[in-house]
Amino acid sequence: MAAEARALDPAALAGHRDHPPRMGFFTDTSICIGCKACEVACKEWNAVPEDGLLLTGMSYDNTQGLGASTWRHVAFIEQPGADHDGLRWLMSSDVCKHCTEAACLDVCPTGALMRTEFGTVIVQDDVCNGCGYCVSACPFGVIDRRPSDGGAHKCTLCYDRLGAGLMPACAKACPTESIQFGPLDELRERAGQRVAELHDAGRSEARLYGEDPDDGVGGAGAFFLLLDQPEVYGLPPDPVVTTRELPRIWRHAGIAAASLALAAVAACVSGRR
Amino acid sequence: MAECHPVGFQWVMEAKARGATVIHIDPRFTRTSAVADRYVPIRAGADIAFLGGVINHVLNSETYFKEYVLAYTNASTILTEDYADTEDLDGVFSGLNREDRFYDFDTWRYQGGDVRPASGDRSDPDERPHVRGRVRQASRGEAHGSGGAAASAWPETDDTLQHPRCVFQVLKRHFARYTPEVVEQICGVSQEQFAEVCRLLTENSGRDRTTAFVYSLGWTQHTTGVQCIRTAAILQLLLGNIGRPGGGIMALRGHASIQGSTDIPTLFDLLPGYLPMPHAWGNEDLDTYVRAETVQKGFWANTRSYMVSLLKAWWGDAATAENDFCYDYLPRLTGSHSTYETVLAQLDGTCKGYFLYGQNPAVGSANARMQRLGMANLDWLVVRDMVMIESATWWKDGPEIQTGEQRTEEIGTEVFFLPAAAHTEKSGSFTNTQRMLQWHHEAVEPAGDARSDLWFTYHLGRRIREKLASSVDDVDRPVLDLTWEYPLRGSLDEPDAEAVLAEINGWDAEQHPLSAYTQLTDDGSTACGCWIYCGVHADGVNQAARRKPGQQQSWVAPEWGWAWPANRRVLYNRASADPDGKPWSERKALIWWDEEKGRWVGHDVPDFIADRPPFFRPSEGATGPAAISGVDPFIMQADGKGWLFAPAGLVDGPLPTHYEPQESPFPNLLYGQQHNPVRQLLRHPENRYQPSGDQPGADVFPYVTTTYRLTEHHTGGGMSRFLPYLAELQPAFFCEVSPQLATERGLEHLGWATVVTARSAIEARVLVTERIRPLEVQGRTLHQVGLPWHWGPNGYTTGDAFNELAHLALEPNVHIQEVKAMACDIRPGRRPRGPALRELVRRYQERAGITDETGTEV
Repeated sequence: MAAEARALDPAALAGHRDHPPRMGFFTDTSICIGCKACEVACKEWNAVPEDGLLLTGMSYDNTQGLGASTWRHVAFIEQPGADHDGLRWLMSSDVCKHCTEAACLDVCPTGALMRTEFGTVIVQDDVCNGCGYCVSACPFGVIDRRPSDGGAHKCTLCYDRLGAGLMPACAKACPTESIQFGPLDELRERAGQRVAELHDAGRSEARLYGEDPDDGVGGAGAFFLLLDQPEVYGLPPDPVVTTRELPRIWRHAGIAAASLALAAVAACVSGRR
Repeated sequence: MAECHPVGFQWVMEAKARGATVIHIDPRFTRTSAVADRYVPIRAGADIAFLGGVINHVLNSETYFKEYVLAYTNASTILTEDYADTEDLDGVFSGLNREDRFYDFDTWRYQGGDVRPASGDRSDPDERPHVRGRVRQASRGEAHGSGGAAASAWPETDDTLQHPRCVFQVLKRHFARYTPEVVEQICGVSQEQFAEVCRLLTENSGRDRTTAFVYSLGWTQHTTGVQCIRTAAILQLLLGNIGRPGGGIMALRGHASIQGSTDIPTLFDLLPGYLPMPHAWGNEDLDTYVRAETVQKGFWANTRSYMVSLLKAWWGDAATAENDFCYDYLPRLTGSHSTYETVLAQLDGTCKGYFLYGQNPAVGSANARMQRLGMANLDWLVVRDMVMIESATWWKDGPEIQTGEQRTEEIGTEVFFLPAAAHTEKSGSFTNTQRMLQWHHEAVEPAGDARSDLWFTYHLGRRIREKLASSVDDVDRPVLDLTWEYPLRGSLDEPDAEAVLAEINGWDAEQHPLSAYTQLTDDGSTACGCWIYCGVHADGVNQAARRKPGQQQSWVAPEWGWAWPANRRVLYNRASADPDGKPWSERKALIWWDEEKGRWVGHDVPDFIADRPPFFRPSEGATGPAAISGVDPFIMQADGKGWLFAPAGLVDGPLPTHYEPQESPFPNLLYGQQHNPVRQLLRHPENRYQPSGDQPGADVFPYVTTTYRLTEHHTGGGMSRFLPYLAELQPAFFCEVSPQLATERGLEHLGWATVVTARSAIEARVLVTERIRPLEVQGRTLHQVGLPWHWGPNGYTTGDAFNELAHLALEPNVHIQEVKAMACDIRPGRRPRGPALRELVRRYQERAGITDETGTEV
């Protein structure tokens, strides 16, 4: 099963031939300094609108979460910890996971959501009809509709930049290389080394999130190195693609429908008697 | 650093990944603390006590770098018998004139040798104490950048370091009382944490290892700011961390090219290249100026060449030997004319016009209310900025209009707003903290009426010169004789910035570009706009525009940009080799003496006379560069040594001393002297000071407040508050307080608080956070209140300005305001509106018994 999952090539499955390697993000939160350059660079490049002046009181996080107008979100978590005399301040830049098994894409009735040749998932604004099925399908709560235009929006991994041989704006702007961009295989290898390094340095709390092709979304195209449980960062601990159960559900529904039909036929037959 | 310089901080993170230990010492837990290996909370305004404690530890534990200290510092130099230390005088040095509040430095000198030279001639030109005080205040300290003048080059020394008056012994006695117990009491830093920092610093310094210090405005914006950096300099010299790779003291600047704006200064007291601005008393002609500012030994001995070349760059053919090269065209100082005295001059009506280039004093300068009152008393005000900042609009809706103190129709100031170009809309250089110039190219022409500062200055000068063209009045000659010819480019007639760079670099009599400041002459045959920048346009090529990737060159990366002087990346790098010229260790090799070649060679450009052997000793009486011995790495210093003790150059003492801030809830635990005795006070009804320490009324302001920046915003907010993408990231002015203080004062998370000082009261949203910690100081719990200073009434996110609270008590060497440590009160709820605001402040002043005398004691 594992070998099978690792072989999954979402771009090929989507029909891209001779496609480039699958590209993604490795966000190493252990070196994030919370500068939010990723948030600003993302909005600048993608012309994502400003979305409100709200002082949240959630540490320095006034963005709150990913949404239609926030495609990178830096979480700030002040928590008791052993690091500095009892205080630890975690920072982590969240983004669309570009799942191997992407529920948003599965449920999209218009084909607005599509898999690119880089294995990433994007919304085609001119096709999206704003039905919002993708919003409830995403296990991470990433994609959302923007009230001003009604359409669904999320990170494109800067599809236009990738096409021009550039790296995504957030990774380009990140001063500490907390956001690393590259072929997913290489990123996974690098991430494995980084975790081992941190473990060697006694930081046993370091762990990867979303990197495992055997997880509930078939592995994320954007994965993370975290220093605590995913829940602490507002990430679901064990996300599962919401459409995974669809075949089984449809099978059950089919059986139920067939039974019903059979029962109806039986009723008619018996009625004729 | 992560908070305010995230881009530069990438190198700290890289060093950390390679095994460096990062220690962060700060009153509040910031984004830097979050990724540091050690975080040490400290009381704001206690840095000299902390660093002094480390110096004491290094001396007592004998963990200083002995060979380095003996060979390269003035540790062995013997002082005169007249010198009296703070140890002898309860916190002040000999030479203090209490009445006129200045120090005579005559007793801070080296003993013996040829004492006549620079120091003798640098005696003050006027015997009247009030005049001498004004000369002192006119910042002789900043001249030379490194305080090179006024010390004898051939002092008496004791290489055993045992002489009771040698610098080393004086230093030991001076810092003896900075014990770990005292550090704990003054700074609120536990003895265990302090010992840990001492251990890490000393273990990581020596032959094989070096430690770097990085500081920002947290050290400078105090009435003891310069001495704070001096304390770090003493420590780094003791540990052997100056002039060596991985060492040094890095100043992180407030914004781009602040280094550049002192090199080619926007300061009143300096000319380009740290040449002092002439003073009206003394410096009457070029000869007396040069005599007073020249030192006997080292490269400042060539002051005349630098000055004459500067005058030639400015006045060209009009500058001749017969007319002193137009030296008389230079303005003269009559006292301190810093930005804050300018405000006083506006208030008393002497200063009638004001240009603001990208500066927003209405919210960004200390005592913002005084700034606005000053501007309201002008005839005209020109504001050049990219957005409609508060300094351009105070007259219609500023705080004084709100309180009813001012009415727009009664304000006589004529205000001009001129839109300015952004850095992407113009070419030019930025000089970073490493003294490296990096060129930036115009990407697009500025839109609409926006113009660059270069455009504005050039065309303003051009028009003025046209208006004066027929003048026969001698007073107009300095303007009319200026060299003012620059090629114009593009549709907007933008002066060619590179032509300005070429003038700064300089040329010889045949107009050939110069390549090094050693080519400068004093006969008028060379012109150079800034002698330390000479070489930036060598061979007619813009060296600052070089962008060779790091992978394609050595680790020193000499072909990225250009660093002054002479493209050296590490100043005083002769100190990276031992007295014999060999690297202290292979690991830390930078330059070394190559016996075969008879030259200094290595990775960096040697900051030394290239062919001067380590064993060279000058003959007694040699002068200038010829007097530099083979073991004098500090070639700009009058004695060639790194100064543990500063015999000249500072107006407030040859050694750093812990004084409490102008406003402090605590008495000075170390001495009877509470404050820096020569701090600069600006007495004015709008600038009342609070009582301190044990004085009655001090308890009205029981907390310490400090101000700072957030990553999301920039300085007074002109470049961030108006931008939605930045404003939404920090959308409201807030104060940061500990849970304990919140409980003590009834402050609610996300509620409102009012912070009060003797100047004003402001309101802020409350962030209760564990990142601000109460400290135990002098036996009681101290709470600190954090207030970022980005806000003001205009823009996309608005709020009160921190600077309403700040007073004007200035550091005496460089006239910087003390906004990093003040005393305040904090109370729940929003501040009063209208006239009730001033009434609240008045009531506070009354409760604290504040008069015009309060806080002004010596």
